[in-house]
Amino acid sequence: MKTSVMLGTLALAGLAGAVQAATLDDVKARGTLNCGVNTGVTGFGAPDANGNWAGFDVDYCRALAAAVLSDPQAVNFVPTTAQTRFTALASGEIDILARNSTWTFSRDTDLKFDFIGVNYYDGQGFLAPRALGVTSAKELDGATVCIQTGTTTELNLADFFRTNNITYEPVPVATDDEAQQQYLAGACDVYTTDASGLAAVRSSFENPDDHVILPEIISKEPLGPLVRHGDNQWEDIGRWTLYALIAAEELGVTSANVTEMAAAPTENPEINRLLGTEGDLGAMTGLDNQWAVRAIQAVGNYGEVFERNIGSETPIGLARGLNALWTQGGLMYAMPFR
Amino acid sequence: MSDTHAQTVAQVRDTMLPPAPPPRRETGAIHWLRENLFSGWLNIVLTILAIWLVWTVLSGFVPWAWRGIWGAGSLTECRQIRDQLYPAGTSVACWSVISERWQQLIFGFYPPGGYWRPPVALAVFLVAVLPILFTDLPRRLLWLTVAAPFLIFFLLWGGTIWGPLTMALGVVLGGVVWLTGRRTGSPLVTLVATILVPLLFWMFLAKPLAAELAQLAPWGLPRVASKDFGGFTLSVVIGLSAICLSLPLGVLLALGRRSDMFFISKIAIAYIELIRGVPLIVWLFTAQLLLNYFLPRGTNFDLMLRVIIMATLFAAAYIAEVVRGGLAALPKGQYEAADALGLDYWQAMRLIVLPQALKISIPGIVNTFIGLFKDTTLVAFIGMYDPIGLATAIRASTDWQGIYWEIYVFIALVFFIFCFAMSRYSIWLERRLERSHR
Repeated sequence: MKTSVMLGTLALAGLAGAVQAATLDDVKARGTLNCGVNTGVTGFGAPDANGNWAGFDVDYCRALAAAVLSDPQAVNFVPTTAQTRFTALASGEIDILARNSTWTFSRDTDLKFDFIGVNYYDGQGFLAPRALGVTSAKELDGATVCIQTGTTTELNLADFFRTNNITYEPVPVATDDEAQQQYLAGACDVYTTDASGLAAVRSSFENPDDHVILPEIISKEPLGPLVRHGDNQWEDIGRWTLYALIAAEELGVTSANVTEMAAAPTENPEINRLLGTEGDLGAMTGLDNQWAVRAIQAVGNYGEVFERNIGSETPIGLARGLNALWTQGGLMYAMPFR
Repeated sequence: MSDTHAQTVAQVRDTMLPPAPPPRRETGAIHWLRENLFSGWLNIVLTILAIWLVWTVLSGFVPWAWRGIWGAGSLTECRQIRDQLYPAGTSVACWSVISERWQQLIFGFYPPGGYWRPPVALAVFLVAVLPILFTDLPRRLLWLTVAAPFLIFFLLWGGTIWGPLTMALGVVLGGVVWLTGRRTGSPLVTLVATILVPLLFWMFLAKPLAAELAQLAPWGLPRVASKDFGGFTLSVVIGLSAICLSLPLGVLLALGRRSDMFFISKIAIAYIELIRGVPLIVWLFTAQLLLNYFLPRGTNFDLMLRVIIMATLFAAAYIAEVVRGGLAALPKGQYEAADALGLDYWQAMRLIVLPQALKISIPGIVNTFIGLFKDTTLVAFIGMYDPIGLATAIRASTDWQGIYWEIYVFIALVFFIFCFAMSRYSIWLERRLERSHR
């Protein structure tokens, strides 16, 4: 036992630098992608009754596994909580973290992670009963607000009320579930959290129409997958897999027509480069030229992923909003495939 | 003489009166009520208050639970069925979430074809414990106890039968070395060899041997990964493993703490105080997060194993203190009697002190075990799917979002059954082991 611990320490000391730089090789050797996900957030990632994972973030993991390992099912989903997520990534237990994590300065720099992009632009909003008769968050002077303690939402809330020179009375609660119960029981006038969460919560209410989500979004919460510092190749693969899904929507490539489009070069050179019928883009990242085809075949383009998991046809019913393509007034903008 | 009284007493009764029933106020239910519930103004107030309290809770809960809807596919469906059956505003439980997901709450993501395996493993465990507790059972049953850990491991995790068998072979090897060494060599060499030989065997020979045998005869059960364990299966596996492993460790620690040897007692004290002084959740985070930094990258040190080890170390510190209480309660004469008989330390402990001390400690030990079993729900915080963690996952599906009490009521009920059974078992055990106060 002692020797194995010593050997382990030696191996850690000796290999820490070398091993870190080869996540792609590790993943290929292992044959599965270790993807850190939520323990359960509606629409974004949760296991179903049979233990199959589904959701918006989960689909990104599947696309990445399809690109790297040619198998969207070759993902080992590692459920992480808010407390364990960053350590799990830093210690190498997971290869990538796709778990509604906000891209902030300190996480990117101090915690030594790299966000590879934004797959969902979120922001903090308010949910209020229609009976309250409020149409804007600025009319909430003196309101009681249910708020989860110890989160950025708590700080955002304080900032918003201070800048607008109005007062509020916080009702601190420990978890989101508790907050919803308190809100429904009338312990507070409004409930605040990320707007995507509000929509999901509202959809589960008995009479969703009795509640309104106020138009103000008081904070920026860009959510995206992240990887460790120091492995730029792996970071590139993660980033461009996300861009491939977004570009596919922009270029009209869907899960239905991707096989056909990838069979022979099309009129559009950018589609050809994306799908590997022209140029050699895949090889530049250490993958083959079919990587993006496999990712799109697995989950569809960004728009399909959105609509399937959280879009307006689902019970959650989120509108695209900021997450529409830049050509349609949103912020989703893939860098050129060239 | 005989007619003395005939002159002094006017009348003497010479037949017995038939026994009359006591006054109505002094018997039956009315008497019991007066005696126990309405004996004074304070008791009357308290009784009325208690009745009111029980009524408020039950009048809300019972109709809610009784009218509960089974068999709907989602919370929305539940609400539609309720609106058809009951007037508007009726509060009704939606038990459908239990009828749809109870298997998940019990077994987690265990493959459905293997649902029989955890209960069978539990049964094997319960049978294997019996010969340790009751010396009047046939001694041959002890072989089952020795084989049980390997059998249970095989049942739960599956794989080929050769993995557990080669592990067991290591134990047998150790036993053989011990027996032969005791007859021939020096005690120290024997002890070292007994520990080293199985270790070397496990480290270098066991794996290739198991792989070789598996190729020859691929008998076994489908393998189940630790991450597929969930729900009450996870709680029971972690809880029972930690309970079984922490008892011997705790007894050793208790003996160590009372030892006259300076270092041993100080180490035991330091260990107990350190572990007890820090909350379990911190140790779990240590197991989940810190160990990863110390182990080489890529080492797949099973998270469940880490949690079991941490829970064991944690419970051992509490058991040690409970057992120390039992040791302290024994009259000094018992220790002196053991010395007077010429027994050495281990003989005295094994034959005289510990059997009595442990019997005294049973309520405390079982108390610690019940606490430990319930504490396993803390693993939800490190991302494992115990029943509480599964409740979150179930609520995350669009079908069941917004459902709370039904799942928690179910979890509470199952936990109660387990804990109540443990408590009844310990009371029965105490009576069985009663010796001194007959």
